[in-house]
Amino acid sequence: MSAPRTLYDKIWDDHVVHTSEDGTCILYIDRHLVHEVTSPQAFEGLRMTGRKVRAPEKTIAVPDHNVPTTLDRANAATMTEDSRIQVEALDKNAKDFGINYYPVSDVRQGIVHIVGPEQGWTLPGMTVVCGDSHTATHGAFGSLAHGIGTSEVEHVLATQTLIQKKSKNMKVEITGSLRPGVTAKDITLSVIGETGTAGGTGYVIEYCGQAIRELSMEGRMTVCNMAIEGGARAGLIAPDEKTFAYVMGRPHAPKGAKWEAALAYWKTLYTDEGAHFDKVVTIRGEDIAPVVTWGTSPEDVLPITGTVPSPSDFSGGKVEAVQRSLDYMGLTAGQKLTDIKIDTVFIGSCTNGRIEDLRAAAAILKGKKIAVKRAMVVPGSGLVRAQAEEEGLAQIFIDAGFEWRLAGCSMCLAMNPDQLAPGERCAATSNRNFEGRQGRGGRTHLLSPAMAAAAAITGHLTDVRELMGENA
Amino acid sequence: MEKFTTLTGIAAPMPLVNIDTDMIIPKQFLKTIKRSGLGVNLFDEMRYTQDGKEIPDFVLNKPQYRKSQIIVAGDNFGCGSSREHAPWALLDFGIRCVISTSFADIFYNNCFKNGILPVVLPPAAVETLMKDAEKGENARITVDLEAQTVTSSDGQSFAFEVDAFKKHCLLNGLDDIGLTMEKAAAIDTFEARAATARPWI
Ligand code: SF4
Repeated sequence: MSAPRTLYDKIWDDHVVHTSEDGTCILYIDRHLVHEVTSPQAFEGLRMTGRKVRAPEKTIAVPDHNVPTTLDRANAATMTEDSRIQVEALDKNAKDFGINYYPVSDVRQGIVHIVGPEQGWTLPGMTVVCGDSHTATHGAFGSLAHGIGTSEVEHVLATQTLIQKKSKNMKVEITGSLRPGVTAKDITLSVIGETGTAGGTGYVIEYCGQAIRELSMEGRMTVCNMAIEGGARAGLIAPDEKTFAYVMGRPHAPKGAKWEAALAYWKTLYTDEGAHFDKVVTIRGEDIAPVVTWGTSPEDVLPITGTVPSPSDFSGGKVEAVQRSLDYMGLTAGQKLTDIKIDTVFIGSCTNGRIEDLRAAAAILKGKKIAVKRAMVVPGSGLVRAQAEEEGLAQIFIDAGFEWRLAGCSMCLAMNPDQLAPGERCAATSNRNFEGRQGRGGRTHLLSPAMAAAAAITGHLTDVRELMGENA
Repeated sequence: MEKFTTLTGIAAPMPLVNIDTDMIIPKQFLKTIKRSGLGVNLFDEMRYTQDGKEIPDFVLNKPQYRKSQIIVAGDNFGCGSSREHAPWALLDFGIRCVISTSFADIFYNNCFKNGILPVVLPPAAVETLMKDAEKGENARITVDLEAQTVTSSDGQSFAFEVDAFKKHCLLNGLDDIGLTMEKAAAIDTFEARAATARPWI
């Protein structure tokens, strides 16, 4: 019998094209996702060298990062000149190189990491890459998915492979069940709080345990999405019945005999008993509270019941970083997190822009009004938007005072006009609270959709459990 | 890609931990469809005021560091977004080497594709080099890729690890697409095998 292998080992082994003496591998890539910001220079490189896209049928492109999300976006004048040039470059590159494409005008357009799974491009056991760090999202299907740089985008376009060295295996187990009001976002932020933003560097994380099994596919995508904030190359969750049910019937999922063959293979995708992990982190699901970030690194996480820490609580280079964070965030040590007033609420992004996220926020908002200056919901795709309208969620948001936008990355990174003003404080369901991420001088607190909705209603960071009545 | 063999240059000290790629090159400069010209916006929000004036305290604005070719940085340099614009901006400014205790994975790989050498050293070594860098323009640090050493201005030498393949490509300025294309037959064989084993892909 062969030695027990982890899920990562199995996917890796099935994709090695060539191994050099020093262990450097050429790894085959099953799906290559492309967006407008990190691809123009790669296509330009192909043109300059006269190379073609090796597997256009395995390459999928969608503009998302800098498209406007306002209802008038069909009018190109709503885009800045340079954004328009990037989107037009993608239109042209998709056409010239014959790759699958969802233009801005297509209802299926949306954030690349939401569109991939939604259209059935992402399947268990695949290798998936994209010139975007949050490619880790697709790991929720038990596929090895990670972000790459533009030179690597060009490499994959030309060869359908990547030059890689294998990472180490790390296991993150969340035991037991989550308490009411606690969500996938709280899991993933809590893990980063525990391990730090470099805790996963050099590893591929497999998330497992009862609390992970109990999550929906949407929740699992949220967890894997932020593996990168923990420094890991990728995050993985073994596929199970929920995964298969989600994939079945999607436009690009296998059908008929191919489906049966795929299913038989997918059922072999789990970590064998006794397989070796180089690092193990275990967290009790019951111990996870709704959390928020207070600083400018995703590791700056605390339960909502906590208080802003002091630089003296830390050591080494972090002392200066925390002082800088507090100055930037306009917070003082010892302040209660629930006393922090919020100007703006942003619900969306590839972390929390799926239908379940909108349902969770709408459940809190139903019949209520916002107490913040502005609030917006940006669905992750045109199809999520359509479904939310059908389920009546859109109306709940609109009645509460939210702007109901078209799909895109929007204020997650503020490359389009959706930006914070200097000093403006935002409760955001996205994944990065870096300085300037949501607009120069903007202040970001990361949290779950339910917690974002709670902050929208009260006007300050709020423990969502207090708004949940007897369910809490 | 430009080769990297040895470099002796001015090193800018940036002790801050978790310097992310949004800090290295803010997103408003990602709207380019070119690789060049990003150096003026390197560390833009730390380097300039909102109305575009230089912030004199920022290290690269200080006269002794304006020609830096090396950065000595705090832990976890280059975390965050995968944007290759970060190494493009560093390179365009003139930075050919970054020294830290750790780097984020994607940024680390991106450096090698652009002729920049990221060097990982233990905390004590980085601390020594940080102090050396703080001495300004007379304290030149030497990085020797072939020998895998970094030497401070007063002659203290530190050995570092680097992947043999990455080192080979960087020393010779090789384009890895060309190298992989030489293996086209192996890719063809793999594709044929995978088409039978996993026909749904
Ligand atoms: S939503 Fe945010 S994190 Fe996700 S792909 Fe878009 S910009 Fe990146």
